Amino acid sequence: MQEVKEYTPLIVAFCCNWCSYAGADLAGSSRLSYPANVKIIRVPCSCRVNPMFILKAFQRGADGVIMCGCHPGDCHYTSGNYYARRRMSLLFSMLDYMGIERERTRVEWVSAAEGAKFANVMNEFAKTINELGENKRLEDLRCK
Amino acid sequence: MQRIGVFVCWCGSNIAATVDVERVAEAVKSEPGVVFSTQYQYMCSENGQQLIRQAIKEHNLTGVVVCSCSPRMHEATFRKTAESAGINPYMVEIANIREQVSWIHKDIEEGTEKAIILARTAIAKVNLNAPLTAGETKVTKRALVIGGGIAGIQSALDIAEAGYEVDIVETKPTIGGRMAQLDKTFPTLDCAACILTPKMVDVAQNEKITLYTYSEIEDVKGFVGNFSVKIRKKARYINEDACTGCGVCMNACPSKKGLNEFNQGLNNRPAIYIPFAQAIPNIAVIDPQQCLKIKNGKCGLCAMKCPSNAIDYTQTDEIVEREYGAIVVATGYKTIDLDKFGEYAYNESKDVVTSLELERLMNAAGPTKGTLLRPSDGEHPHDITFIQCVGSRDTSGCGKPYCSKICCMYTAKHAMLIREKYPDVKVHIFYIDVRTPGKNYDEFYRRAAEQYGVDYIKGMVGKVYPQPNGKLLVQGSDLINNEQVLIESDMVVLATAIEPEPSVRRIATLLTTSIDTNNFLTEAHAKLRPVESPTAGIFLSGVCQGPKDIPETVSQASACAAKVIGLLAKNTLKGNACVAGPDESMCNGCSVCANVCPYGAITYVDKEFRLGGGKTETRRVSQVNQAICQGCGACTVACPSGAMDLKGFANKQIMAEVEAICKR
Amino acid sequence: MQVSDIKKKASEMLLSGEVKRVIGWKKGEFDYDLTPATFESVEELEDFVYDGFCGANLSKYLIKESKKEGKTLVFMKPCDTYSFNQLLKEHRIVRDNVYVVAIDCEGKLDIDKIKSKGIKGILSVKEDGDEVIIDTIYGESKVVKGEVMLEKCLTCKSKEHVAYDESMAQGVENVSLDRFSEVAKLEAMTADERYEFWRGELSKCIRCNACRNVCPACSCVKCVFDNDASGVSAKSNANEFEESMFHIIRAFHVAGRCTDCGECSRVCPQHIPLHLINRKFIKDINTLYGEYQAGADVDSRGPLTNYTTDDLDPSDIFGGNK
Repeated sequence: MQEVKEYTPLIVAFCCNWCSYAGADLAGSSRLSYPANVKIIRVPCSCRVNPMFILKAFQRGADGVIMCGCHPGDCHYTSGNYYARRRMSLLFSMLDYMGIERERTRVEWVSAAEGAKFANVMNEFAKTINELGENKRLEDLRCK
Repeated sequence: MQRIGVFVCWCGSNIAATVDVERVAEAVKSEPGVVFSTQYQYMCSENGQQLIRQAIKEHNLTGVVVCSCSPRMHEATFRKTAESAGINPYMVEIANIREQVSWIHKDIEEGTEKAIILARTAIAKVNLNAPLTAGETKVTKRALVIGGGIAGIQSALDIAEAGYEVDIVETKPTIGGRMAQLDKTFPTLDCAACILTPKMVDVAQNEKITLYTYSEIEDVKGFVGNFSVKIRKKARYINEDACTGCGVCMNACPSKKGLNEFNQGLNNRPAIYIPFAQAIPNIAVIDPQQCLKIKNGKCGLCAMKCPSNAIDYTQTDEIVEREYGAIVVATGYKTIDLDKFGEYAYNESKDVVTSLELERLMNAAGPTKGTLLRPSDGEHPHDITFIQCVGSRDTSGCGKPYCSKICCMYTAKHAMLIREKYPDVKVHIFYIDVRTPGKNYDEFYRRAAEQYGVDYIKGMVGKVYPQPNGKLLVQGSDLINNEQVLIESDMVVLATAIEPEPSVRRIATLLTTSIDTNNFLTEAHAKLRPVESPTAGIFLSGVCQGPKDIPETVSQASACAAKVIGLLAKNTLKGNACVAGPDESMCNGCSVCANVCPYGAITYVDKEFRLGGGKTETRRVSQVNQAICQGCGACTVACPSGAMDLKGFANKQIMAEVEAICKR
Repeated sequence: MQVSDIKKKASEMLLSGEVKRVIGWKKGEFDYDLTPATFESVEELEDFVYDGFCGANLSKYLIKESKKEGKTLVFMKPCDTYSFNQLLKEHRIVRDNVYVVAIDCEGKLDIDKIKSKGIKGILSVKEDGDEVIIDTIYGESKVVKGEVMLEKCLTCKSKEHVAYDESMAQGVENVSLDRFSEVAKLEAMTADERYEFWRGELSKCIRCNACRNVCPACSCVKCVFDNDASGVSAKSNANEFEESMFHIIRAFHVAGRCTDCGECSRVCPQHIPLHLINRKFIKDINTLYGEYQAGADVDSRGPLTNYTTDDLDPSDIFGGNK
């Protein structure tokens, strides 16, 4: 064990209850690991994810935020993920426009059957965030 | 302040092997609100649940956090446990430390640390939880079926059979729909009328069923279990109780130039008419656009001849208002307009017909009394070409991108019937693929191709040229022999794509249910809830949901009826407790939330608010019908002021979770 | 169209009792210092002005005024009518209580741009075709109008009114620059450059809320930034994060509803080009979901309350992981 703890980036994943959260469960029951710094918040649908939640996560020290929902066309509520898709496209584009690294935000569609995809996505995303390092452009030093 | 108990589960060694459960239980003791914390081998076991119940009582807990497997597994279990110990089931939150921690992280340090963070996150949420109760509403035990074709008839009969009242609203003067127009049905070749008309009679005679023919849906209000529907009974100009359906009026009428809708406009009918011999109800109707008496007051012959004094030129539309618990949409289909398909010369030659027109031309009750005659000159045809996929599977934009599903089979049927009755007639069929999934379907098609000598040509038709000699020159390609073919035919039959009855758009709007780009009604779930619409209490029967043949339509109609019966059997409906609702003091009334609601659960009212100083202000504010809301939360994000929030997943709760997770 | 005609129209309607009040513009301390105002009598109309400094969008005032008893007469420039329509769509204005008279706009002036030309001691400003003649205590100065116009007028989206009850407008030719070229310039920069640009701009924000107060789309009964329960409430920017967050959330909340009236930038005392944030959303919406002009009509669905099944995924837009 190292004496001084290395900085480990923090990743917040918003997962819809019906597909992606179930996909994460399947990753778990299939024992497919992904980094422990990925923490999941369960929401009923990707359309419940408010841009304010994402900004809040960055403010409080998250280094990457990912939103996962049902595949387009498979939304439990028929159309929630379509609204979420437009919202996130615009929000992420805006963050990019403000110069915040575009790799820090991501949307993935993960079905309840895609445990492997969930783990892969989280591994990849964690790798990207690790390479990017700490979020400095949208941080709130008071929260560090 | 909440009094929270935290219960950490070992799940045998499933969790305990890679998470130090004792340390988790210890670490959360100092979290805000936590007054009790413990760990146990199997929380979901009876002993584990007993432990929770006991702790709730002993420590006067108001909230419970269980650190265990996924909430998708045991959230319901622990909610019941809490409820049985006297606290609201929605005061329970689960920290998923099995699927999200112990099963995927091998390092006990790492696992324990993450488990503690997830426990803290759940605690942060419970601190903001509020007791929730699902609302209850009464169910009106009567169903409405919109559309009186085979789908609507079957649904209505099944619902009535279970003992519930059903009303059928049909826009045409008779029920029967498309199936009544068909000659024979595949793959058994029994006559459509022979199997349909007894069902129509059953409908008429069933005491539980009320028929509103020649009627339209005017307005729909309400929600699942409690719909209020206005039905416009269009003026028939006939006293329904008096008319005996004798048909004397039809002979008397001098205005005989109306297009016979039942025969697809292939012949004419008088202004006063009964659509066809077995019409239900067997009552005449006057076409006001065509009737001389109604148009310019001069005639009245039918009234003079009517033996039962049933004719009333002064009749006006009548609005009937009724209450329903469930609504079945069975609006059916029509064949598409062929205006964009000039290459097939449909508008140029009378001898180019649609398959539905051919049904009438071959039907004993049709314009030719069942003898197949060329429409242009009434001569016997010797050569007929069928063209498949006219407007179906068409991505050019002229037609429909989907497969109409029924055409391959009915074309095989037509070919077979023609070859059987008139062995001298040559039959060619141009096809892209022949699609015959279904019981005895492929066998049927092979019989047509192999035993009946039907000339199947794989390829598309480029153009149909009407010839000066009255024949039709069909130019197409034969992909198997890789050659161009020219066929001189007497008739061309187009397997025209089907599309939802256009009126369904209006109905979908009235019912606030969704519709896809092809005007088919959307089902609640494509695989698992195929007969329900996303709007609770609205069910889909027949082709309004997607192309179907008769057996499929009847199956879906019965499935639909089963769903309706299941709903009507309940006295009250328990809603979803996690529903959206506005903080009226912040609501702008801007309608953004209603626009994104997939269920049409949001309406608006004008409300008076006190401004202080004795002043008031009237503002438009949103209202969420808790019986309809499914709790997706789309509205909460669309709302610019943040007035709309979702119980159980409130803004504050999710924000608190974010904060807890990010706390280092 | 003369100012006297507009005034005449206003006094006629007030006198006849057709309207109870008029919303227009009124002179402030200086000639160029105009402010939106309500006039309830012919006497009050003495102060009514309509000139090159009437950039203010009057539509937002109707939220309150249209709830009062009696009709309100309002004069609207073409761009104001878009905001008016958008507010109608959102049921914020009682349409029956409003009488809209359309008036021409040839582009309004930016006093800061005039002053930045070194012109001091301004007494009055007159327009003469493409020229602006400024009378100062030091004598007369002349500048080219195009150089001193408001940003929002240089990139004017339309000279045609989309809503009115009566038009006094005679029509003006629209010669304007591409609205999105500035946004495109920023997009072409590297992320670091963009970050530097926006830090530079947003760090100037003093959170005076002028942009929020003037914005016709920012008309919530209670703003999330004033609402303790929202989790983002704050009265001032404590740090860089809050400077950015305020403007991102504000822009997101008006995305699809913002008509690009440009008022936010016009009123910003710190001269932050706030319109470039809103325009980024508009540009993205146009590119991704088809041309959409908020306020062009009163019944279409806004881009964020709508979708198509084949909308692009964010990963298609930004590339995959990398």
